[in-house]
Amino acid sequence: MKRVTLALTLAFAAGLTAQAADAQTLKTVKDKGMLSCGVSQGLPGFSSPDDKGNWTGLDVDVCRAIAGAIFNDPTKVKFVPLSAKDRFTALQSGEIDVLSRNTTWTISRDTSLGANFTGVTYYDGQGFMVKKSLKVNSALELNSASVCVQTGTTTEQNLADYFKANNMKYEVIAFGTNDETVKAYEAGRCDVFTTDQSGLYANRLKLANPGEHMVLPEIISKEPLGPMVRHGDDQWFDLVKWTLFAMITAEELGVTSKNVDEKAKLENPELKRVLGSDGNFGEQLGVTKDWVVRIVKTVGNYGEVFDRNVGAGSPLAINRGLNNLWNKGGLQYAPPIR
Amino acid sequence: MSTEARKPPAQIALKIRRVLGGKTGWNGIAVQFAFAAILGWIAYEIVSNARANLENQHIAAGFGFLRNNAGFDVNQTLISYTGSDTFLRVFVVGLLNTLIVSVVGIVFATAIGFIVALCRLSPNWLLSRIGELYVEIIRNLPLLFQILFWYLAVLAALPNPRQSISLLGISFVSNRGLVVPRPIGESGFEAFLAVFVFGIVASLALRFYARRALFERGQMIRIWPYVLGLLFGLPLLTMLVFGPPFSFELPQLKGFNFAGGSRIIPEFVALALALSTYTAAFIAEIVRAGILSVHSGQMEAGASLGLSRGTTLRLIVVPQAMRVIVPPLTNQYLNLTKNSSLAVAIGYPDLVSVFAGTSLSQTGQAIEIIAMTMGVYLLISLITSAVMSIYGWRISRSLGA
Repeated sequence: MKRVTLALTLAFAAGLTAQAADAQTLKTVKDKGMLSCGVSQGLPGFSSPDDKGNWTGLDVDVCRAIAGAIFNDPTKVKFVPLSAKDRFTALQSGEIDVLSRNTTWTISRDTSLGANFTGVTYYDGQGFMVKKSLKVNSALELNSASVCVQTGTTTEQNLADYFKANNMKYEVIAFGTNDETVKAYEAGRCDVFTTDQSGLYANRLKLANPGEHMVLPEIISKEPLGPMVRHGDDQWFDLVKWTLFAMITAEELGVTSKNVDEKAKLENPELKRVLGSDGNFGEQLGVTKDWVVRIVKTVGNYGEVFDRNVGAGSPLAINRGLNNLWNKGGLQYAPPIR
Repeated sequence: MSTEARKPPAQIALKIRRVLGGKTGWNGIAVQFAFAAILGWIAYEIVSNARANLENQHIAAGFGFLRNNAGFDVNQTLISYTGSDTFLRVFVVGLLNTLIVSVVGIVFATAIGFIVALCRLSPNWLLSRIGELYVEIIRNLPLLFQILFWYLAVLAALPNPRQSISLLGISFVSNRGLVVPRPIGESGFEAFLAVFVFGIVASLALRFYARRALFERGQMIRIWPYVLGLLFGLPLLTMLVFGPPFSFELPQLKGFNFAGGSRIIPEFVALALALSTYTAAFIAEIVRAGILSVHSGQMEAGASLGLSRGTTLRLIVVPQAMRVIVPPLTNQYLNLTKNSSLAVAIGYPDLVSVFAGTSLSQTGQAIEIIAMTMGVYLLISLITSAVMSIYGWRISRSLGA
């Protein structure tokens, strides 16, 4: 872990000259013929490799969608697994082009890391998981508990705030990676495992007996997760930002990976604009006119991606909740494409 | 034509020329200066470039973050620390945690290493095979696996706090660690401490006196009854006069965990255990090599003087072996200290975990934090080297080498 950080830091210090002068990420990506995408080291539903090394998940699909818009080929992505504490250094040093790794949008990260969040792919919140045998029904009954947490996350700070605010004592045991944290929780080193609630459901699947563990009802924080790009390259920022908006817009308009070709032929002015037969928004972004068609064909619209990875169509079976479209009671809202 | 007496050449200029330029004289010095200037220029370029680019990219820079609130907690702190303390305090907390596990590791590694080495050298077949087995198994397995093994083995073997193993009803062992009663100073504490320190100083003085008497006048003085009296009798007497120096706060099970008492966390135990047993295997080989480097005639000479095997080893062989042992032993101490950074794998809050890990990703200031961490490891290593060099120098001197 240390060596990775060190290597990245050195690369960072040495590579800064090249980086600042050359802020044309899109051009670099096109020249390389490959998008470098920073993901987690394995979080089911968001980014995890299967036994053949194929990456799947919501965060993975965001990168595939960007690759789809640029290359019309979802395989042209190199996934770089990163620990929570190495992720920002990897982005700053130019090792990756976009960080899509269940990362919480906060003001300090937006302003002091030399990077920008492009949007919210998943509205999450921090929760707690305990063994059912402890007979605990609320996070407020956790006084004097031992809590396992992954180091270098907003989770660690929210935890400190929550226990302090509620005047409870606790012991924190912080591990370098998600897997180490889960293993220690399973070995009984701590009573409670805490991370974003989606992560709790995902990690519960990894336990030997998922049925013996429960997620407590309290949500103690706002955790809007989203992709990040380097500060100072507005063209690239726009492309990554609008890739997500395109997925959301497609869901709003009922455009799916199955019907996208038929929808593109319809004489509906809005559909014509979005799907590229009218206007040149794609070219403004630095890709082709039919960029939305490419994205939807590659990964599907936002709803399809959600269902396949974390929603009803996945083992996680998480409700849409806050992640539903704005006109269906959720928060997902895209500015108009016009 | 009158000739003046030639002046002797200026010694200082000659010396400088020899030190800096070697055989090439003043030309060599010019090259040295040019080289130093180029190095300095490169360093300046790197620093100023990094600074300018960090500013361009709006990445926070500088050491101002050390005064900000850390906002996260740490589960083993030798000084008081809460989430509302600064990153600077986190740095100190992590540093102390690294130091304590290194010191404990070094002490145990040295003790186990010497014992295993003596086992391997023992004429007893079983003992020497056990020593050999220990060395060959331990030093051939990666340290990270050993740390994880001890951690998971320790955790798996221990019950949860509610079923903890009670030691005499005052200490408890569970998978939350070992909880022991915490001593709290009472009225008699100062007197007790003063007498205890006096006892130690007086005992050392007595030993010094007895050794001088032995070496200079050949006079044997039996000091152990006095030492016993000074170290135990006197403090006991003070306790009777001034009352007990401590009372103990007993740990009690409350909710999920024990409240009160002092606690040793399982991460510390696992890490110290893994580091000391691993390094001990290397130290054992170094000690064995050192002892074997002493001519076997020394052992025979000791035997012919009628000394026992143990006494010969202690008084004749080991002091000579130390000259060979100390330099590679220093290396092992340095390795142990640096290896303690593997702690992050099992959640022990050492410097790398809390400062180069958590603090780094909370602030994103990789260059400053990694530089500070590297600097600290360098400093610890240099201090360890210096102490060991002084020790080695003293041994050589006392042997007249």
